[in-house]
Amino acid sequence: MAIVVLGLNHKTAPVEIRERLHFPEKDLPGPLGLLGALPDVFERLILSTCNRVEIYAVVPEGAAARAPLQAFLAEQRDVPAETFGESLYLHVDAHAVRHVFRVASSLDSMVVGEGQILAQVKAAYALASRHQCTGPILNTLMERALHVAKQVRTDTGIGAAPVSVASVAVGLAQRIFSDLSGRTVMILGAGEMAELALTHLKEEGIHTIIVANRHHERAVELAARVGGRAIMFPQARDEMVGADIVISSTGAPHFILGREDLAEIVRRRHYRPIFLIDIAVPRDVDPQVNELDNVYLYDIDDLQGVVAANLAAREREAVQAEAIVDREVGQFMEWLQSLEVVPTILSLRERFEIIRRAEMEKALGRMGDLTPDQREAVSALTASIINKILHQPMTELKRQASSTDGHLYASILRALFRLPDHPKR
Amino acid sequence: MDLILFYLASAFYFVAAIQYFIHLATRRRLMGQVATWATGVGFLFHTFSLAERIGTTGRSLAGNPYEVVSTFAWAVLLLYLLFELRSRSHLGGAFVLPLALLAMLAAAGSRKHFTAELDPALEGIWLWAHVKLAIFGNAAFVIASAAGLMYLLQERQLKSKRLRGRTLPLPSLETLDRWSYVSLGLGFPLLTLGMLMGFIRAGSAWGGYLMADPRQIWSLITWLIYGTLLAARISRGWRGRKAALLSVAGLAAVLLTFGGVHIFSKGLHAF
Repeated sequence: MAIVVLGLNHKTAPVEIRERLHFPEKDLPGPLGLLGALPDVFERLILSTCNRVEIYAVVPEGAAARAPLQAFLAEQRDVPAETFGESLYLHVDAHAVRHVFRVASSLDSMVVGEGQILAQVKAAYALASRHQCTGPILNTLMERALHVAKQVRTDTGIGAAPVSVASVAVGLAQRIFSDLSGRTVMILGAGEMAELALTHLKEEGIHTIIVANRHHERAVELAARVGGRAIMFPQARDEMVGADIVISSTGAPHFILGREDLAEIVRRRHYRPIFLIDIAVPRDVDPQVNELDNVYLYDIDDLQGVVAANLAAREREAVQAEAIVDREVGQFMEWLQSLEVVPTILSLRERFEIIRRAEMEKALGRMGDLTPDQREAVSALTASIINKILHQPMTELKRQASSTDGHLYASILRALFRLPDHPKR
Repeated sequence: MDLILFYLASAFYFVAAIQYFIHLATRRRLMGQVATWATGVGFLFHTFSLAERIGTTGRSLAGNPYEVVSTFAWAVLLLYLLFELRSRSHLGGAFVLPLALLAMLAAAGSRKHFTAELDPALEGIWLWAHVKLAIFGNAAFVIASAAGLMYLLQERQLKSKRLRGRTLPLPSLETLDRWSYVSLGLGFPLLTLGMLMGFIRAGSAWGGYLMADPRQIWSLITWLIYGTLLAARISRGWRGRKAALLSVAGLAAVLLTFGGVHIFSKGLHAF
């Protein structure tokens, strides 16, 4: 009995291949069912996101699972096996468990510490479970994976610091103005990153937005899109007095805001702090502005510097997270190995009991009439012999259950006594 | 009995201070919450200690350095706890608790003044009001100084763009500025009133309103420093480096006002 992971991700396959193998959520139930019809797949689950397509399964033998699962993927997604064969990885047993734990904890993600993957894993598990595709082993594995992911999130800072320019900008704004709701943001110019920052700020409660653009129609259009107010570009300096945050992203080839401009704006704001985010290249705001009291200026390099520092911090936290995963993998494998032993013990007892009854019937038949007490004594004798014989081996087997070789003991016993295999679930 | 409660309170403040530092270093929210609880429990013991003292001596707590400084520490912690609960940030504790502990230490150091009798010259409502107002005024200034220092650190981090890796997780500039502004706005009138009452009382007790008394002089210096801070904050928006430097000077003045008199000279104002 082995746990396997077969799949590809953003590290092994380019997006052209990943997108062809991706299973849209609504399309999953069919393939999940078909996967279960394969003779050697006892439990199964499919995880399919924009960055990975993976099958988690419980099979009799690990290495042998590659071919049928790969064929399954090729057929289901109508993609020739040769195109993606090289991108596939197969993890077995402890490696598979480690992989699942790492994926759920976002350690295998493109951006370590991202928050989406956990919800995706949870959804994939819920779907498979709903369609009765999982069993005791996968259920325990997935529950454990979700627990590990949560533990990693709480005990390490892996998801803490922001790693996109827009979220860094919002984080900085929150270091200046504790509560962003009720603040005013002004956007000069336009652009994708500016709008992204604006979206993040709106999520934090900002709803007063002023838009200015050298071309007024563009300001009007952007204002309509984001729910703000468009003003004429020459009015921007005056209106800036009421703005707590200014995002500047114009195409101007020179500085549009200088030291004197900001000095006056801050004075007219009664020295309340103002946060300038200059993401334009070439820069819109003279860097000397940062020397003024109560003015905080960050250009695109500064923001990316923070992103880089935060990514590095995440990498450091990831080391701690890997240690947590290691520990959990060890514990899970112990549990898994102990599973082998219990049915083996039961099977063995059953076999011995069958032999005992059969031999007892034969002997009682040859002995002629016995009193109930005498029959009782014979039964007790045979049972006692068996228990004494079995006691030592059973104790030792249970003791070895959680060791690394525990499953060997169980396998050898099954082979020696020709005990029946695990029934297919 | 009040001494036992006093020492208990000090012990809890010590634990709280350690917890606040751990919270600052590890940023684990739980540590901060534990620290606040420790401070709260200590504060309760402290309150009982002062109440007990009032009960046994049968008079207000103006008598001696132990009482006054203990009340001062109590006032600082009261204001700090109020701010912490409002702003839901545990980060100020690492700055305020050590100062409060210092005061408790100073109070404990005045052991020879643990006796209960009060100098008859120190009777009367004016004196009581003077002492209370001076204590609360100065306590508010301590909070303002702590907030000013934290503002400076946060501002430095933001300006230098040195946000790589481990940065101090301080409250936002806005929160710190509010702490500071409210404390100054509270403390300044209290201290002004307190000093006025002191002058009036001095007139009747010493025969002169303004003598060359160290405590009076240092109180005036404190008053001037914080007055300047308040005025500059209102008119010129002083919040960052300049304000912080001035408030550190002010903090030194407060400490000298309370403790320096004993270290350096006797003067009329000594208890």
